[in-house]
Amino acid sequence: MTDAAIAPLLVSESRGSLVTTEKLPVRVILITVAVVFLVLFLLLPLAAVFVEAFRAGIGAYVAAITELDALAAIRLTLLVAAIAVPANIVFGLAASWVIAKFEFKGKSVLNTLIDLPFSVSPVISGLIYVLLFGAQGYFGPYLQSHGIQIIFALPGIVLATIFVTFPFVARELVPSMQEQGTQEEEAALSLGASGWKTFFKVTLPNIRWALLYGVVLCNARAMGEFGAVSVVSGHIRGKTNTMPLHVEILYNEYSFAAAFAVASLLALLALITLVIKIGLEWRYADQIAASRRH
Amino acid sequence: MDARVLNEVNYPATSWGPPQTVSGGDNPVDVSVENVVRTFGVTPALHGVSLEIESGELVALLGPSGSGKTTLLRILAGLDIPTAGRVLFDGEDALKLTVQQRNVGLVFQNYALFRHLTVLDNIGFGLRVRPWSRRPSRKEIRRRALELLDLVQLSGLEKRYPSQLSGGQRQRVAFARALAIEPRVLLLDEPFGALDAKVRRDLRRWLLEIHNKTGHTTVFVTHDQEEALELADRVVVMSEGRIEQIGTPDQVYDAPNSPFVFSFIGESSVLPVRVEQGKIWLDESPLDLPVGDTPNGPAKLFLRPHDVEVVDHAPGAISGVVSVLRRHAGLRRVDLEVGAERNRIEIELPADLSLNLARTVAFRPRRFRLYPVASQPPRS
Repeated sequence: MTDAAIAPLLVSESRGSLVTTEKLPVRVILITVAVVFLVLFLLLPLAAVFVEAFRAGIGAYVAAITELDALAAIRLTLLVAAIAVPANIVFGLAASWVIAKFEFKGKSVLNTLIDLPFSVSPVISGLIYVLLFGAQGYFGPYLQSHGIQIIFALPGIVLATIFVTFPFVARELVPSMQEQGTQEEEAALSLGASGWKTFFKVTLPNIRWALLYGVVLCNARAMGEFGAVSVVSGHIRGKTNTMPLHVEILYNEYSFAAAFAVASLLALLALITLVIKIGLEWRYADQIAASRRH
Repeated sequence: MDARVLNEVNYPATSWGPPQTVSGGDNPVDVSVENVVRTFGVTPALHGVSLEIESGELVALLGPSGSGKTTLLRILAGLDIPTAGRVLFDGEDALKLTVQQRNVGLVFQNYALFRHLTVLDNIGFGLRVRPWSRRPSRKEIRRRALELLDLVQLSGLEKRYPSQLSGGQRQRVAFARALAIEPRVLLLDEPFGALDAKVRRDLRRWLLEIHNKTGHTTVFVTHDQEEALELADRVVVMSEGRIEQIGTPDQVYDAPNSPFVFSFIGESSVLPVRVEQGKIWLDESPLDLPVGDTPNGPAKLFLRPHDVEVVDHAPGAISGVVSVLRRHAGLRRVDLEVGAERNRIEIELPADLSLNLARTVAFRPRRFRLYPVASQPPRS
């Protein structure tokens, strides 16, 4: 293209930016509001967690997180996440596949049901399980007579966590799958791929970024969940205490340094997941862009 | 057939793998559709469609949107199941076969390439997903994919991703991917619909070449009559879930069997007339045109705008007053107001003919079709 041909484009572009750009004072005000808000509500509390955690020195910090009950809480939290997250990946994949790729009666009901955990208070989510499986609950006597304990034990905590975190994966996947339509799958089938091969070689690669975001969010929530788990766990130290519950107990006992030390671990987990997410986005930027653009 | 000879030249027998796989090029099937009905809920999409496609034939399903042509193609592919009727591939009941077993090559309007795979991996996909016992070696798959890439004239682009290709290139990759499985039938759903006019023209020529080389039985869906006439051995004109006419491009263009086909294929002008006493009447004057076996009563006279000759006010010609003049390439398009009702019809005349607005022009159609008005029964 010649310069003469480009010139009108440049003019119209700069004029366009004049039209769409706000005046300097407005920009400064808007940016200031956003930055102040971020610092006040996000960065400051995060920094406070770490400052408080190390207030009594590194020795106290290490002691607080290597204490037996703290280690048990960390182990339990990781275990619960290790069960709840894969369970929700399977559920999220199945539900979003069904919702995005098929037409059937009751689809909107299913779609709404997936959001239920978002609209119900976590405390109530926990209570539901107590009502079902607790000693006085519907299945309580049956479970007791067979020696199965769900409430105040690992199964209850896992159930409550799964309930609270199950929308995360599905909610990320449904729009991504809907946007992609079904033609690539149809092409794969016509080329002789079985249903499973089509899923693993075509559907899954296309949604991997959405899936990853879903897993990251789901994991963060699974580790940090307090309300629902608090109701079903029974707060037995060293046994049914997850990290958030342990933080609360320590705080209530005025062991502030220890409480913040454990809290800092949780915050660290959150930061690590964020770093992983950013790292992956950076590493696979080409592929992400390619799969979006197509 | 020339195509077969070419085919052997381009695909030496050694290059096409294990003999248990059916190669469309070496063994194209004939396809038979018998009374296929498809209803979606209560809405009928196909009302009992029957069609015979010979092996190696290139057939166009032509119709406006909603005519059922895509539904028919999806039924052939196995992506949709007819409510009633039969589909046979070489006499074998194709409805008993799954999509995978049918071994058809599908090409979509929007390419449907696997966006996370390179061009080469896209083409080799159909071979890579084969069960272990029938899967060629990695090296073999790569070799065949490169060969197909060469066939579609995209050598050198094997490492690109679909998003890095132009529309025309993507569609060529989609063709290569479909050809890789040595399909028994090639099914193309508006293959050039998403491309711009120039690329579309080039790809049409290219498709004909590929078809002549490989000799696959090919069915393609299009709403573009020009494309259908240019490419197909036979054109199947569809409307509202029914087949209106099946014929060679010459047959459907020169002898359309219904007003719908006449007006859908090519350009047409229509004039309401009356048939009485063995003559065609325009208002109160008879036209000097043969009636044929059209029954008495109101009728419609269809003519091609370019297929007319101007005459000097001879009796029996159609005359009208020029209302609009438009230059169109080497010709001039003329809108005439004809008869007492001032029906507007369009004809094309040589550009060098001097014409003025409001002048009266008389012409005679070289060819025309007469359809009784009642010939199109109301449809549910």
